[in-house]
Amino acid sequence: MENRIEKRIEIKAPVSRVWRAITDYREFGEWFRVKLDGPFVAGQTSRGQITYPGYEHLKWEAVVQKIEPERLFSFTWPHARSLDREHYSAADHSKDPTTLVEFRLEKTKNGTLLVLTESGFDKIPGDWRLEAFRRNDGGWTEQMKNIERYVTQKQ
Amino acid sequence: MFAALGDKTRLLLVARLADGRAYSISQLTAGSRLTRQAITKHLRVLKRAGMVHSTRAGRERRFEFDPRPIEGMKEYLDRVSEQWDQALARLKSFVES
Repeated sequence: MENRIEKRIEIKAPVSRVWRAITDYREFGEWFRVKLDGPFVAGQTSRGQITYPGYEHLKWEAVVQKIEPERLFSFTWPHARSLDREHYSAADHSKDPTTLVEFRLEKTKNGTLLVLTESGFDKIPGDWRLEAFRRNDGGWTEQMKNIERYVTQKQ
Repeated sequence: MFAALGDKTRLLLVARLADGRAYSISQLTAGSRLTRQAITKHLRVLKRAGMVHSTRAGRERRFEFDPRPIEGMKEYLDRVSEQWDQALARLKSFVES
């Protein structure tokens, strides 16, 4: 078990196209499902509201780290103790533990290789972890399946 | 927790304790090249990470493994991982369509 998550996906589009989808705040919002207040600026806090069905009560807040054109985009973001509506507090996340999210792009023969890593999970307190995903109505996975169906239908 | 597991000796200790039984320091030191002092130091790190608890059995202190920290972290990472799978699938669709 590693202290990080790594995902690799191949996207059939030029690096510049993928870069725009990730770093343009309106495009990012479309696929990530968040309504952002404004553009990503290195060193500054990005704020917004999650638009993902069922999670519209969640606030988005991330501190942009690096913007290296067409190579690396990264930010740190806080992990909340609880995500469900009854227990989530939108008020203050300044003290929440943060992890680092990095998007790295590489040109490939067929388009772009995107490598996503999230690291720093050791900072999340032990007693928090299960609570954040505990739901009373059948579990996170079940809820996500419902949302997935809704989302793919809409497309 | 990752720091606690990032040491080969501690991993071996955890592997030994993971059978669910309570062990004394003497038992853990037996058959090991490590000193009592070294084992105690490692146990303290594991205790701080919540992975090991100690109880008193008469005059002896015994140590037991607690799987919950590791299980909790694994479950958390699995959930975050699933969310990223879905978010990245949406990104791919968004860009390729």
